[in-house]
Amino acid sequence: MTPFRPGGRARPADAPVRIGGGRFPWLLVVPALLGLGFLVLPFAGLLARAPWSTLGTRLLMPEVRDALLLSLTTATAATAVSLLLGVPLAWLLARTRFPGLRVARALVTVPLVIPPVVGGVALLLVLGRNGVVGQYVHAWTGYSLPFTTPAVVVAQVFVAMPFLVISVEGALRAADRRYEEAAATLGATRAVVFRRVTLPMAAPGVLAGAVLCWSRALGEFGATIMFAGNFPGRTQTMPLAVYLAMQQSPDAAIVLSLVLLLVSLAVLVCLRDRWVSAP
Amino acid sequence: MSPPDAALSARLVVRRPAFTLDVRVEVAPGEVLALLGPNGAGKSTVLRALAGLLPLSGGRVLVDGRDLTGEPAERRPVGVVFQDYLLFPHMSALENVAFGPRCRGVRKAEARRIAAGLLEGMGLAGYAAARPRSLSGGQAQRVALARALAVEPRLLLLDEPLAALDAHTRASVRSGLRRRLAAFDGATVLVTHDPLDAMVLADRVLVVEDGAAVQEGAPADVARRPRTEYVARLVGLNLYRGRAEGTRVLAAGASGAAVPITVPGVHSGEVFAAFPPRAVALYRERPAGTPRNTWPAAIDGVERFGDQVRVHLTGELALSADITPAGLADLALSPGDEVWASVKATEVECYPA
Repeated sequence: MTPFRPGGRARPADAPVRIGGGRFPWLLVVPALLGLGFLVLPFAGLLARAPWSTLGTRLLMPEVRDALLLSLTTATAATAVSLLLGVPLAWLLARTRFPGLRVARALVTVPLVIPPVVGGVALLLVLGRNGVVGQYVHAWTGYSLPFTTPAVVVAQVFVAMPFLVISVEGALRAADRRYEEAAATLGATRAVVFRRVTLPMAAPGVLAGAVLCWSRALGEFGATIMFAGNFPGRTQTMPLAVYLAMQQSPDAAIVLSLVLLLVSLAVLVCLRDRWVSAP
Repeated sequence: MSPPDAALSARLVVRRPAFTLDVRVEVAPGEVLALLGPNGAGKSTVLRALAGLLPLSGGRVLVDGRDLTGEPAERRPVGVVFQDYLLFPHMSALENVAFGPRCRGVRKAEARRIAAGLLEGMGLAGYAAARPRSLSGGQAQRVALARALAVEPRLLLLDEPLAALDAHTRASVRSGLRRRLAAFDGATVLVTHDPLDAMVLADRVLVVEDGAAVQEGAPADVARRPRTEYVARLVGLNLYRGRAEGTRVLAAGASGAAVPITVPGVHSGEVFAAFPPRAVALYRERPAGTPRNTWPAAIDGVERFGDQVRVHLTGELALSADITPAGLADLALSPGDEVWASVKATEVECYPA
């Protein structure tokens, strides 16, 4: 018997086991290190070339503040919209059977695989002032969506919602349906079962999906520039600002990139902590 | 026809490609019915059908005379204790118990008061805020029972209520459950594959095999007079079916030849003959001049059974014998050996098939 040692290894089986002879696995370790370096090196370069002396003043420039604020609000709004539409959609895909279910599931993943620029063109063709739907909206209300802040959110939702849907759908599929049956025998209607049992039990998957969705929305570039344009203060999000700054002053682009990197990392770290401590 | 005072009166027909369930279930108010049967016999299907979680292919379900056949699960006056209890892991014990009343329109404060009262009745007053995963198996079972009772059901269903417990806690939880079931005035149906659960908890036993009811009666009767091989093995009896001629029963032997079994009393027609393994004595030589049944048999296997040794025998009649370890040593038996098995006629229970 192995005595239990608090803080120590519970089982000797946890210790790494050497399989095979003493030869070092060069064939795996070398490409692994190359891959790691490839992923990390660009960030190191960003830090190395950062204009640290002027960092403070550049950060306080209104252009930076506007772009950051716009990015944070639109990405959060896009995540909220994605949750509102995507969670029910994930439920529909995971829990119901209807003709065309397989097609619907495939369609959900289309925005994942097409280039975002193409998505932007498609949005413009449908929701633009002369678009398939947009022309009627414009004719009746005089409202035109493209090149406005809501258009940024629409572009982000289009690109980022599939991440949420897929994550939530997976969580719903993995959930134990018997808990839902137990709730039904206690008198819960379908809506109550979903709200009080299904959703709370799928919460880790929903959270993971929301984080993916938010990150993707924050980094959105192609669909945004196509559908919403590049107007500072209105539709110029951080990635767009980075691109524009790179043309004129690379130092500004580096500062913007650093900010974007820090914000993304901060959100990921915060949520990961909460994840790990959550049941 | 169902008795007019039945709390539960149901005929359940469920057809699946390779399986058909067709059973009648009648339970009086306050009565506990145990469904006993092997895995895959359809016990859980019965429970799911009664709870409204499985659509019926035919038949109907009456609870207190009310037809529930078309009612969905959430509108049936039914409480269910599931096999793994299925307590909601994201709610406290109190919230779990209050869930049902809340769903049935009770105000939040009132639902929590009801739940607290039930938990107290289960001896769990100090665990109201506990999460299910911090409860022991016995505690979780009581929370599950409290949750099922919180909706004031007229029909209580329990699916293998003791299967998730280890042997240690099982006995005490079983007696606690028995007390609480006795206090419930509606109909109770519990599913088990453990004959001891059925004997202790139930007023009546319904044996289900292959989707059909094969035997029904008081637990003691079922234990003494099994009607199928499955029940006989479960209650630990040697069981044979044959034609009675006076005090002899001609049972079908392994080779097809009739093997006579002498029984007490005179019978006729198709009968069962049953006797316990402890009534079987084993001899190296054929015992002479006794009024006993004696059959030649070969040792098939030997296993420890409590403080006895159970010897499995093959031959014209397959049977089990319980002898003491000392007896086994005296006989110097080993698998394959030929012996004589002997049973007194007075030890054989004979009843019509």
